[in-house]
Amino acid sequence: MDLSYSAEYEAFRGEVKAFLVANWPLRGDEAKLPGDKRAALLRERAIAAGYLARAIPKKYGGSEQPADVLKAQIIREEFARARAPGEMAGIGPSMLVPTLLEKGAEWQKQKFIGPTIRGEIVWCQGYSEPGSGSDLASLQTRGELVGDEWVINGQKIWTSGAHRADYMFCLCRTEPDAQKHGGISYLLLSMKQPGIEVRPLRQMTGAADFNEVFFTNAKTPKDWIVGKRGEGWIVSRTTLKHERNMIGDAANALMTFNALVQLAKNTQRNGKPAIEDPAIRQRLVQLEGTVRSHQYSGYRQLTKAAKGQDPGRVQLMNKLISTNIGQEVAKLALDLLGDEGLLEPGERQLGMGPRDASQWVGQFMWSLGSAVAGGTANIQRNVIGERGLGLPRDAAVQRG
Amino acid sequence: MNFDLSDEQELLQDTVRQFAANECPPTRVRAIFDGEEGHDTALWKGLVELGLGGIALPDEYGGAGLELLDLALVAETLGAGAVPGPFLGHALAGLAILYGGSDAQRKTWLPKLATGDLLGSVALAESDGRWQPNEWTLPGGATLSGVKTLAPFGAHADVVVVGTAGGGLAVVERGAPGFAAKALAGVDRTRRVAELSFANTPCQPLPGGATAASRMRDAGLVLLAADAFGGASQLLEMSVEYAKTRQQFGVTIGSFQGLKHQLANLAVEIEPARGLYWYAAHAFDHAPDESERTAALAKAHLGQVYMQTARDAVEAHGGIGFTWECDVQIYFKRAMFDRAFLGTPSVHRERAAALAGW
Repeated sequence: MDLSYSAEYEAFRGEVKAFLVANWPLRGDEAKLPGDKRAALLRERAIAAGYLARAIPKKYGGSEQPADVLKAQIIREEFARARAPGEMAGIGPSMLVPTLLEKGAEWQKQKFIGPTIRGEIVWCQGYSEPGSGSDLASLQTRGELVGDEWVINGQKIWTSGAHRADYMFCLCRTEPDAQKHGGISYLLLSMKQPGIEVRPLRQMTGAADFNEVFFTNAKTPKDWIVGKRGEGWIVSRTTLKHERNMIGDAANALMTFNALVQLAKNTQRNGKPAIEDPAIRQRLVQLEGTVRSHQYSGYRQLTKAAKGQDPGRVQLMNKLISTNIGQEVAKLALDLLGDEGLLEPGERQLGMGPRDASQWVGQFMWSLGSAVAGGTANIQRNVIGERGLGLPRDAAVQRG
Repeated sequence: MNFDLSDEQELLQDTVRQFAANECPPTRVRAIFDGEEGHDTALWKGLVELGLGGIALPDEYGGAGLELLDLALVAETLGAGAVPGPFLGHALAGLAILYGGSDAQRKTWLPKLATGDLLGSVALAESDGRWQPNEWTLPGGATLSGVKTLAPFGAHADVVVVGTAGGGLAVVERGAPGFAAKALAGVDRTRRVAELSFANTPCQPLPGGATAASRMRDAGLVLLAADAFGGASQLLEMSVEYAKTRQQFGVTIGSFQGLKHQLANLAVEIEPARGLYWYAAHAFDHAPDESERTAALAKAHLGQVYMQTARDAVEAHGGIGFTWECDVQIYFKRAMFDRAFLGTPSVHRERAAALAGW
């Protein structure tokens, strides 16, 4: 066991640092550009230097580097340290691009990948429907081929960012006579068309980050399908395999926990800092045990991946562990806040822990959002039980 | 960046696992657990012949010269097999003498502890849960008078390292005048405990003092955390196996979400937590500034995880899980031992908070 990096990797870290010193923040006239333009300029240079879009071939706008989870980790660490914009975030780069790379037609890769990883076009994901949440494959939104176009009718829900998106990747039922999973196709479509209506859904926090999307004879060209007809379910299972971030979740959990410790230091209880309260100390250290376990588990998964070995079933658990930590942190924070817990939730601060009372109230609610989004905690437990522990599937689900 | 075991470490664990499977299957665990004596000398002899008597002792004293992580990996494997015996106390006695002893004292005892010619133990606890070196009150000196309790295999040991006031350590040999050991009815019958009393008993104080005692305590915390991880992992496997075979309503019970989720929750608690004891063991030898706190954190966390796992495992097994005949109860009681020995989770959480400067 050795938590340091070898000389070869430390040399690489030196190169990344030198690149960032030379390129970030931008200088001269470039420093006066708006934030997204500055980020785009840096990303362009970082791709040219081989530090971003490493999984993506050069012909599609990437830097086409051999997979190396340790280098990827060093890049993330150094970009974070320099507060430089890293990989373009969002559902497009994280979900659509890996899917296109593996299953997309050549023209689709050419057309969509470059602009997506540069942030020039923004995607939303049309999966969930009012009647199809955990049982996603029961979805009913219809896609019908009429001449050279797919005509789409139905409704999606919980569609994050649909109000800002240029395009959607969408699961539609195109083969009504096929069995459940085999009747689904993976379609791409423009959000800027008359057949689409986006209605924001207001969350319990008061903000509206996701939407309902209604399709009334929405249209998309015949060849905007990824994979073949009826293969959409399989296509949608494609995930990012290249340099997957093994410790990102744990790093976020640790950051939120550290913010909690700060809150306990800054909050008064019975005339003393709350962190001197024996009950608070017990709860903090108990939580830290879980946070550190998650962190070390991430290191171990990173090590396994770097050696080309399978990290094992713990990979299935990362999301649930992060969710659990987020909830426990938020509950303890609300206890610390006392009367300030009666305030309205504040804006969510991505990439940093909550800083004030209203942000903690927001966190108290957002931590539930992550227990529901992208597969509920109970679905995660099914996956862990069935794929991780080898327990049999529920008899009723098997029949469905 | 390498947060994983070496090939040698995996081999070490395989060797011990194989030994436990061959020489200490559940039937033998059960026989020792139910027996009067509690110490199976033949089994212990087999373990020391593997070299487990002195894994973390230097070569010059007949040990293998390995680190605390290696010792802890053995503890995990023995914990997974619920292997009865004096491994913990013996290892701590050796480390206490290594850290605290003069060269002459080391030469006197360590080689014989490494070969298993002598059986070692530690006598640390005093009444009212005084486990920590700064809490000990038994006066030190050339002779000892007073009582220590919960010494593992204290009624069997040849050499006992006794904690004395101010975090001192002193060695008492079996048969010394005024020394008496009384077996206690401990809950964990795989690790028998004894109350030791001393009346003007001659001893050899170890000059290393409080620093050595603190190091020995930290090593003990890591070994208990490792044992807890091994035991909890094994209980999960046993519960999963039961859920895959037991049938009710015409299906295997593991298909029911209630049970599936309970087992998934256990896996989520246990699986990532191995890194807590790995890191604490690593810090013990390589990051001394973090050593004391990470040991406390690992022991508190894994002690609690093991105990909760044992409670859930009883539930998962249903009626049979509540019986003496089911092996779950043996692990349940080892969990009680790991949780409380050297101090309960709340004690070590408070220590960890203080050590963070909170």
